[in-house]
Amino acid sequence: MIITKSKPFEEVLKELEGQDKVFIIGCGSCATTCETGGEPQVAEMKARLEAEGKTVTGTVVYEEVCHELNTKRKFRENKEAVEAAEGFLVMCCGAGCQSVREATEKAVHPACDTVFLGNILRLGNFQEKCSLCGECVLEEFGAICPVTRCHKGILNGPCGGTDNGKCETDREKDCAWTLIYQQLEKEGKLDRFRKIYGPKNWQANMKPGRVIFEKKGGEE
Amino acid sequence: MTLLIEKHAKPSIQEVLESGTFLVTGEIGPPKGTDIDEMIHHIDLLKDKVHAMNITDNQSSVMRYPSLATALIIKERGGEPNLQVTCRDRNRLAIEADLLFAYTRGIRSVLCLTGDSIPVGDHKDAKAVFDLESVQLLQLIRSMEEGKDLGGNDLNGPVKFYKGAIVTPEANPIEPQMIKFEKKIEAGAQFFQTQAVYDMDNFKRFMEKARKIDDKVKICAGLVLLTGPGQIKYMNNNVPGVFVPEDLAKEMEEAPKEERLATGIRIMARQIRMCIDEKLCDGVHIMAIGKEDVVPRILEEAGVDINEL
Ligand code: SF4
Ligand code: SF4
Repeated sequence: MIITKSKPFEEVLKELEGQDKVFIIGCGSCATTCETGGEPQVAEMKARLEAEGKTVTGTVVYEEVCHELNTKRKFRENKEAVEAAEGFLVMCCGAGCQSVREATEKAVHPACDTVFLGNILRLGNFQEKCSLCGECVLEEFGAICPVTRCHKGILNGPCGGTDNGKCETDREKDCAWTLIYQQLEKEGKLDRFRKIYGPKNWQANMKPGRVIFEKKGGEE
Repeated sequence: MTLLIEKHAKPSIQEVLESGTFLVTGEIGPPKGTDIDEMIHHIDLLKDKVHAMNITDNQSSVMRYPSLATALIIKERGGEPNLQVTCRDRNRLAIEADLLFAYTRGIRSVLCLTGDSIPVGDHKDAKAVFDLESVQLLQLIRSMEEGKDLGGNDLNGPVKFYKGAIVTPEANPIEPQMIKFEKKIEAGAQFFQTQAVYDMDNFKRFMEKARKIDDKVKICAGLVLLTGPGQIKYMNNNVPGVFVPEDLAKEMEEAPKEERLATGIRIMARQIRMCIDEKLCDGVHIMAIGKEDVVPRILEEAGVDINEL
């Protein structure tokens, strides 16, 4: 799940300066769960923009705005409203926003800040547990990721700042290394803790990432 | 290979420790800005009173005059530097390059740290590097000593350092900390300077555990000067891995305002004496944090003269 936060409305208005006719896109997946770009938020945005004197030529909310073919299809389906718009306000993650970028030559505006790949703990409560490093080391650490959940990404045990199981950066956050220690102890695998892990390959997934699988899927 | 510095004014940390002498080190915190007069004053004040001076590296993630440059100034003034290197602000290329430079300028010991996190400092929007961490930094130096950089390339001339690390005797839980201590030794650490210790009973328990893991590695107790009840309260509440026990807090509270510094000096002098008399550890590292002026007084009260240890 990609976690997004809504940008302040004033910031959105600023983005739309000089763009009087706007088409709004929401996402039926992550942004719906985050309540940043689902049907209710899109409807609310439409009302607020109209109250500011904008014309909303149309709105659409569909699954996976990040799916570029899907997005192009939605643009075709909403041809009239899309053509009437001067710009597009995208209420989902940065990937979705750039998917819209591929579907139009007009201006595209983000309505959200994209923060992390998150787990859903409960509604409205998300936690980052994986930062997509490209070379997963979970096997070594009791399936608790030190790359992500330790603020410093340490692979060899707790720093001096760990405090009663909490992280030096934020006492609301667990110290990953206390969790890893406890988990490996439970599994009887403390030998993994004792092992020295050399420098990580931070280029395992060289930015910007690109993967092409041969003959995968059938969908276009 | 010629080194730019061939004569050293002082014995190295390694020479002191390996001769069995109790090591006394101080600390220099570089200033924020180009006015280095006070820092030089502190260096001159300490250089003959302590065996060596640590130089902090953007301590607490606060940008300052560079540690490497300060280490060179210490050499120029006839003192012995112990260069602290953190992994927060530099990636492996930058650290390796710094180490090449440090070696050619006669820096002989390096204290390897991961570094504090960015949000505790004064550049809260900065990108944290942490390409490596303390254990890997120790490994990196060992690799450079064997003539290879981390890219696996041959060095045209290796480095050689006495490699130090830190350990937190008051960490909670302590077990993972002890395993990390052991890993640091395995990665090449030859000496340790501990994070601040106040609770000497706890420190004794820590030393027993540490000696069981390795009875040869050198361990120096890190001592931070207490300056008043406010500071104690702050440290107990805000500085992870630091715990000032009640009896010391009480001793400070009962001291009249004008005698607080004197009380802090007395407490530290007592702790130093205890470390020496009870042979608790191989040395002490004195952190006076801004009050370097009083270090000679602390040593005098402890009856410690490095020429007679
Ligand atoms: S090691 Fe951590 S960041 Fe990397 S892929 Fe695995 S869970 Fe994600
Ligand atoms: S306290 Fe724990 S999680 Fe936080 S930086 Fe240190 S080792 Fe990592």
